[in-house]
Amino acid sequence: MTTSAELIEHGHGPSKQRRINQLGLWLFFASETFLFGAFISSRFATTQTETPADLNQALALGLTIVLLLSSISAYMAETANAHDDRRGFKIYTIATILLGTLFLGGVALEWTEALEYFPPGTIYGTAFFSLVGLHAFHVLTGLIALLVILFLGKEGRFGSKDSWPVEGVIKYWHFVDLAWVIIYPTLYLF
Amino acid sequence: MWPLIRGTVSGIVGYLIGALLATVTTSSTFSGEFALVLGFAFGLMGWLFGIGMWNAWGRQWVGLPTKSEDADGWRRYFRFNTDHKVIGGQYLVTMLVVFLLAGLVAVAIRAELASPGQSFFAPDTYNKVMSMHGILMIAVAVAGILGAFGNYLVPLMIGADDMAFPRINALGFWMIPPVAVALLAAPLVGSFNAGWTSYPPLSVLNADGQVLFNVAVITFGLSSILGGLNIVATVITMRAPGMTWWKLPIFVWAAFAASILSLTVTQFFAASLIMILLDRIAGTTWFGAPGGGTALLYEHVFWFYSHPAVYIMVLPGMGVILEIIAHFSRKPLFAYKASVISFLSIGGIGSIVWAHHMFTSGMAQNLEGPFMALTELVSIPTGIIFLAAIGTLWRGKLWFQTPLLLAFFWIFQFLIGGITGIFLADFVTDLSLHDTYFVVAHFHYTIVGGSIFALMAGTFYWFPKVTGRMYNERLGKIFATWFFVFFQLTFIPLFWVGLNGMNRRVGTYQDNLGGVNRFASVMAMIMALGFVLFVVNLLWSAKRGPIAGANPWNARTLEWQVSSPPPKHNFATPPSIDGGPYDYGTVGAATHLSGATEPVG
Repeated sequence: MTTSAELIEHGHGPSKQRRINQLGLWLFFASETFLFGAFISSRFATTQTETPADLNQALALGLTIVLLLSSISAYMAETANAHDDRRGFKIYTIATILLGTLFLGGVALEWTEALEYFPPGTIYGTAFFSLVGLHAFHVLTGLIALLVILFLGKEGRFGSKDSWPVEGVIKYWHFVDLAWVIIYPTLYLF
Repeated sequence: MWPLIRGTVSGIVGYLIGALLATVTTSSTFSGEFALVLGFAFGLMGWLFGIGMWNAWGRQWVGLPTKSEDADGWRRYFRFNTDHKVIGGQYLVTMLVVFLLAGLVAVAIRAELASPGQSFFAPDTYNKVMSMHGILMIAVAVAGILGAFGNYLVPLMIGADDMAFPRINALGFWMIPPVAVALLAAPLVGSFNAGWTSYPPLSVLNADGQVLFNVAVITFGLSSILGGLNIVATVITMRAPGMTWWKLPIFVWAAFAASILSLTVTQFFAASLIMILLDRIAGTTWFGAPGGGTALLYEHVFWFYSHPAVYIMVLPGMGVILEIIAHFSRKPLFAYKASVISFLSIGGIGSIVWAHHMFTSGMAQNLEGPFMALTELVSIPTGIIFLAAIGTLWRGKLWFQTPLLLAFFWIFQFLIGGITGIFLADFVTDLSLHDTYFVVAHFHYTIVGGSIFALMAGTFYWFPKVTGRMYNERLGKIFATWFFVFFQLTFIPLFWVGLNGMNRRVGTYQDNLGGVNRFASVMAMIMALGFVLFVVNLLWSAKRGPIAGANPWNARTLEWQVSSPPPKHNFATPPSIDGGPYDYGTVGAATHLSGATEPVG
């Protein structure tokens, strides 16, 4: 969210600025939780727990596994960066980006099927496309942020001395994963 | 002016790219709804980057050093400036201008309602005019006190040099101009006629202007969320040494409680408006009965934000009023801790009362009792706020300046608003009062009373701090009394016409109510005229008023211990705090700011 420039603006130490940034990010997550919460509760309010038989359960399970794996690789990238392991940071960030892209590809595949079985004009389709779309948009923004830190981190800019940008982006990625962990049972497992 | 030109150009370019993208990728036409949405999104980004976000922030995302966009003199108000005092000033002026604009729209509404039949506006036009008045005034009430005084004062009052996230602060303010442009451009594409509440099915079926309303209000919500996030983070992390939680000035607590609300529940307003956009553009059926959706869902999602929004508007108002009453009574604030707990519990209980707006909507009937009981529960913490105000005034050494006068008016207004609210919270009486002018009068008493009167009181109280000059006291008192008297003469009759069955949101009404309505219309116009005094007073005093000095009110809170206007980073040395902010007349109380001289009082 914010990095070294605000350090200079405020003139207080890096550890305090890091604490402020962390708090800000968690407040942002709290806010986002309400956005997801609005759509998740609307899914139950309109369709209760209805789940069409045409749902591609195998694909959804696969996507969930891919996204959870990406959280592990994201964690490895963050740790590598904190230990000034530039090569590890690069490899695991790329791995996370690839897994995230795979997830989005899977969602696209799933949508082509879903358009046939439960189009947006049906009420389950409405909930399905809105929720998955909202989440996919977040995955997309997470991917862009990962690309930014990968590009900037190539010159060893972050490391243990300025790890907040990496930490912030990876925390966001975990948050987006966690959102899927709630959305997946909401849409598929009833 | 250069950043404004830069922002406008890149905003227009962004809009064209977005609209073009929509036209190419979908079957939307260039002026179609999807093109409007995508155009606005890209235009917003273009505007923000152009106005200064790119230089001050975005450059670091591609590995370039950032360049500060700050400036000195009047120019700083037209830039991506990160100084919280500049941003507070930007909010104050913007919101007062929007307030006067929306007030003129209200005069147009009252002109139409001066006679029972249709005189100026066709029925549909009337709805568009009243929708515009509604959303503009809601924006003022939401962002007036919190945006202006929240930004200007919270860092000063807690002894910080700025907000926790200065650039997010600037970003939040500069999102407002595109919101204004979209709302004011909506009439070009048919305007919006579904009221500020935008209930479906009408809001899914009406003209394209509704789409602009939705994207504008979603953006305004985002600005409000970022503002709330900033104030919460600032109060938690940026307090000066010695500024413990129980030493925070009461306004800081009020802004904190309101900010928690705007940080969280605002997302539900965004969600409800996104659902409308999806129904209109992506073919979903959230609110379309044929596909299995239900319009009732909208009311739940919408009011889950929009009832707590009342407290986002009123809590900071309460904070301003208690602040003023304590300083102008020269007494410690009565029931300080109870007031703080009340702020937090008003926010908490206020978040679970939303369905009292829906007693006639056809929702499950067994919800009506619980929502009535919870709603009436809010009156307990609200009552404590009244007690704190009255207890502080009790045997105080009252100094009757304009801010205190407005605080007295505030107490009266909000009391009337609260008492009439009981009849609306009670579903038995609400069944016949719903959607009448009784409701209109009630919420004008609560919102104008709770928020706008406090905005005015705060503007006078902190005017010498912001400008360094004193306003004209006599003119201030005349304005305050004028506003108050003609407000009563306008809105008390509206309770009566409401009880007699006059419906809101319709430009025509029963013939026998014509006389009373004409009276209310004339009084409303005289009330509007009174704002000339307000504007003249502030503009003239800002230029010619007597020099006020650092602490014209001899108040103890931190913002008065620095020069007027305060220096760029607020405090030359980081302050450290000994006493409480309201230790007036307490024997042996240390000064609030160590090293400062004890104010005479």
